Amino acid sequence: MKPDSVKVTLKTFRFNAETDYLPYYKHYEMKVGKDELILDLLNRIKWEHDGSFSYRRSCRHGICGACGIKVNGRATLACKQNALELVELFGNELLIEPQSKKRVVKDMIIDKKDFWDKHAKVKPYVATDIDPHPEHETKQSIEEFNKFLDSDLCIQCGNCHYACPVVEVNENYLGPAAFNAAYRFTVDTRDEVGEERLKLTAQMESGVWDCVKCFECAEACPKEINPIEKITKLHNLQFEQGVAERNIATRHAEGFLRGMKKYGYLDEADIVSYSEGYLGMYKHLKTAAKMLRAGKIHWHSGIPFINSVPKIKNLNEVQKLIKISQTNKL
Amino acid sequence: MSQLHYALFTGCTAKQSTPELLSSTLAVAKKLGIKITILEEASCCGASHLQDFDEFLAHVLNARNICYAEKLGLTMITICNTCQLNSAMTKHALDTDPKLKARVNEKLAEVGLEYKGTSEIKHFLYCLIDEYGLDNIKNRIKVPLSQFNIAPFYGCHNIRPSELHNNANGKENPYNPTSLDKLIEALEGHPVDYAHKNKCCGFHVELQANHTSEVLAGNAMVDAIDNNADLMVTPCPLCHLKMDTYQDDVGHVIGRDVELPVLHMPQMVALALGCTEKEIGLNFHVQKATHLYSKTA
Repeated sequence: MKPDSVKVTLKTFRFNAETDYLPYYKHYEMKVGKDELILDLLNRIKWEHDGSFSYRRSCRHGICGACGIKVNGRATLACKQNALELVELFGNELLIEPQSKKRVVKDMIIDKKDFWDKHAKVKPYVATDIDPHPEHETKQSIEEFNKFLDSDLCIQCGNCHYACPVVEVNENYLGPAAFNAAYRFTVDTRDEVGEERLKLTAQMESGVWDCVKCFECAEACPKEINPIEKITKLHNLQFEQGVAERNIATRHAEGFLRGMKKYGYLDEADIVSYSEGYLGMYKHLKTAAKMLRAGKIHWHSGIPFINSVPKIKNLNEVQKLIKISQTNKL
Repeated sequence: MSQLHYALFTGCTAKQSTPELLSSTLAVAKKLGIKITILEEASCCGASHLQDFDEFLAHVLNARNICYAEKLGLTMITICNTCQLNSAMTKHALDTDPKLKARVNEKLAEVGLEYKGTSEIKHFLYCLIDEYGLDNIKNRIKVPLSQFNIAPFYGCHNIRPSELHNNANGKENPYNPTSLDKLIEALEGHPVDYAHKNKCCGFHVELQANHTSEVLAGNAMVDAIDNNADLMVTPCPLCHLKMDTYQDDVGHVIGRDVELPVLHMPQMVALALGCTEKEIGLNFHVQKATHLYSKTA
């Protein structure tokens, strides 16, 4: 039987941008009850141990998104997360940190300007010319509504955004929350600027093609929205609506079919040359030479790069399925 | 224990740029008495890129692969995290959406196939741990790896999204994964604890966002090296390719010398089981790794 309470050490990140040169960690020990949330523990630090400890909190009902932090590296909405569940996962020391250490203002409070700026960029609202004196309401079928229902549950907590490794290393990248919002309003039948959003999210360096597919955003979301699923849908919409430009990323996605039609397998050499273009291949010559020396590009089934990929059995099935199932083209 | 028998989905990489992954997998299975039937009909899973171009087509082709495991009545096993995820995502989509399943089966019927949903999909790593068992592996060790500090690098697609993998990965916690650590311990190696072990290697944007890719790989490798790793081990050949073949570029971008042998998970097990040098295939690595065999031989 699980105990009613457990002794826990909270190792908390502390930093005041106005007075501190470097961040530091402070430890607090407390007995944690089975019904306590992480937010309760933050409150107890502030109320019982150190009044200067700072964090954001508001609704306490998992709906305002204010109290997003990280516990042992895991994106957490403090008011939704049972504390002992995390003790079960990580043991009796919980590391309490802000969503992004490089954006800290004070302790758990970060400057979310980049998040809000990027969110605003995708026009996260229904954009349309409306009749100021409509004679009837705008109707949507259940099917149309369901297309964006789960993405509409986003509370802008920033958990997915600050869990995303690309956001950390590329300041131009819009991030999973902005992409989720772009998808939500693009597929809304009342909206009229979907193409603009798709073009915005199709841009290299900032758009969906820079997603590393690590699924950190899906894991981080407290509302189970699965932002990367929406990123995939945006990719598909770009092709469906003819917004996708011909570039390295789109050729890379579409180029898989070339090898699959010919061999059933991906042609690893061809996908690089097809994506980059022959002139772009020079970047990879050094790596290719190393791979050739190591046998990663091998001679056993023919001359490298020329029909040397093994073929799958029943290749004709794959060829036929591609022919009858393909719905998009570059 | 009755003999385990699996249908192996090799994926593209083990048939091309990482032949050592296939040879070491087959060698480990042979040593452990696990029967393997290679799915010679299986095609590419789309590697998480085809679905961006055409998600429906990706489901059709992945469902076709699963059909062949179903025909054999076997669990389909993978040796690539991305093959595992893409196959599992299709299985999940078809098993939970009857309309999509009907649409996909309409296409598959044209080539005489039907997706039923009867085969499980599991990565070889979790077959070894959950089904063969660490104690049974321990009993077959010929060469303990006690002289090595080994950094486990989990790769994203075996551990996230955790909800999708359900029981196929032993309920691995993506924030605190333990399977590779336990396997290393079972082989008497010393697992290296480092913060980046469950992070992204950046492989999937190697072409279109090269800087991002190099920084992500570099952060993980430097973290492992700074925690005294002699080698890194991964269950994903895409992580292996990124970490092994691009070490010079990674080092250049992050401003550090990076030298770290990166082994496929089955290669590590094969070393400990005393498989032959040829079966383990450490000579296929860009970053020198053959000395690891010499040390254990």
